[in-house]
Amino acid sequence: MSGMIARAPARAAPLRELLRRLVRRRLALFGMLVLAGVLIAAAAAPWLVPYAPQRMDIVHRLAPPSAAHLLGSDEFGRDVLARCMYGARISLTIGLLVVALSGLAGTIVGITAGYVRRLDGFLMRVTDAMMAFPDILLAIALMAALGASLYDVVVALGAVYTPRVARVVRGGTLVLRELQFVEAAEALGAGDWRVMRVHLLPNLLSPLLVQCTFTFAATILTEAGLSFLGAGVPPTSPSWGNMIAGGQQYIGRADWLIFAPGLCMVATVLALQAVGDGLRDALDPRLRRLT
Amino acid sequence: MLRRLAGMLVVMFLVASVVFVIAHVIPGDPAAVMLGPSATAADVAALRARLGLDASLPVQYLSFMRAAAGLRLGQSIFLDQSVTAALAQRAPLTLQLTAIAAAIAVGLGVPVGVLAAVRRGSLLDQAATGLAMTAASLPSFWVGLTLIEYFAVRWHVLPVAGYGPPGAGPLAHLRYLILPAIAVGIPNSALIVRFTRASMLDVLGEDYVRTARAKGLGPGAVIMKHAFRNARTQVLTVLGLTVAGLIGGAIVTETVFGLPGIGNLVVSAVLRRDYPVIQGALLVISGAYVLINLAVDLLYAALDPRVRY
Repeated sequence: MSGMIARAPARAAPLRELLRRLVRRRLALFGMLVLAGVLIAAAAAPWLVPYAPQRMDIVHRLAPPSAAHLLGSDEFGRDVLARCMYGARISLTIGLLVVALSGLAGTIVGITAGYVRRLDGFLMRVTDAMMAFPDILLAIALMAALGASLYDVVVALGAVYTPRVARVVRGGTLVLRELQFVEAAEALGAGDWRVMRVHLLPNLLSPLLVQCTFTFAATILTEAGLSFLGAGVPPTSPSWGNMIAGGQQYIGRADWLIFAPGLCMVATVLALQAVGDGLRDALDPRLRRLT
Repeated sequence: MLRRLAGMLVVMFLVASVVFVIAHVIPGDPAAVMLGPSATAADVAALRARLGLDASLPVQYLSFMRAAAGLRLGQSIFLDQSVTAALAQRAPLTLQLTAIAAAIAVGLGVPVGVLAAVRRGSLLDQAATGLAMTAASLPSFWVGLTLIEYFAVRWHVLPVAGYGPPGAGPLAHLRYLILPAIAVGIPNSALIVRFTRASMLDVLGEDYVRTARAKGLGPGAVIMKHAFRNARTQVLTVLGLTVAGLIGGAIVTETVFGLPGIGNLVVSAVLRRDYPVIQGALLVISGAYVLINLAVDLLYAALDPRVRY
């Protein structure tokens, strides 16, 4: 375990080296390609499909996939492909914001718990308590309290995933704090804050990055579950979960309504998991014990 | 043992505190939110008094904790029922669903994980690892809808949704639970495959496994008697952790299949802002999770004589 830390500062063009190692793993390469595709589809949606996601066309409602509507149309005649692409925007936006929020909060909690001994017991029991709720249950309960905007979803899911990030960061901190360079910094009179910021944080970036990728994947699934239950983003926005919920009653008649958004979601989550696995192996296989 | 119990009590205490915090981060007045815009000021004041919301926060916290400790969960706002009765009425279904889903997840996950470890690096191992990752990417509600599409709508093998009549025997209900249990079980088998594989790989590298092989024991006996017996405690631990995923999956999947369980109760309570029901369900579900993990720890000691509490 200690070897991981000692090797971490090998920083000869670290990003390029990391990318090279990732590309060599077939699964991670596949994941990155799928993610790139989803990103492009989300960013360039208005230029890639000729329909706006809210444009209705009652005459052509529930049309099966065809040249005009590649993935068919829904119960209002809206283009499913366009809605899937705008759904990717919602999922990716929420995912990134939740990763940022839980990454930041989890790092602060985790590094404090791991380094400041007095607070460790209390902080870790609180994370235990929060992890005793299934993700989706804690998320819908928070949504009941917060509201129904995209930002409420981000806050709710950020709170749900903070404890996991905190656990990983704490685990890494506990290993690091016993190492000589931390001891040396302490001996030279560095305060808690400086040790955490300058000596611990940079060495925690690898496990943090891996955990963030998995949090991203979990967020997409839980967000879709929230929308599906009607407790997520407003039902008018074309999120994947909302689309599936809307298609539910046309099951058997218009199966593309649940398969198209569902497969978009599964492909994105699978790609994130593949990249996360690849990152973990590329950064250091020993991270498996942490994340 | 005592320390473990004390730790559990601390976690339960914090769980109840988390529930209290969630119920009190509501911006504005929960009584007004619950009654909707058409309520009169007098109605709101009456509900505030009934819910004890007119007391100060510390007082509310104390009375909430006291009530939670005695499982007195209050009255539902919308159902003409106490929260305890509402939960008790719906718990058996959710328990059955979770138990069958757990059986599916273990029945699928453990053999696949063991096989993948034994044939490490083979095509079988790669397929198993890939499938596990795919399963982990599947939302259970979507798997449920896909199963309905094929098994119920197209092939008419199993009922689309709903639940058997109240008087019917348990076997009549089982038909309605098969598809939802598969939908919950498959995504949750992923973690079990990965953990079983990893712990089997650890054990298979041990000296005593080499010794067993060297003395001429067949591969079946080595794997089952020597390796798996030692890997199963770790498998048990991951099953304890999976319980949260199973219950979470059950909550969403009950809605897909129209099953009248705790999940359905919670979701409708959230949509109607029935806070007492939400609080009660949060307490009971997280309590169940904590208790199940305590049971796992105790079983752990029973399976592995080296572990003592």
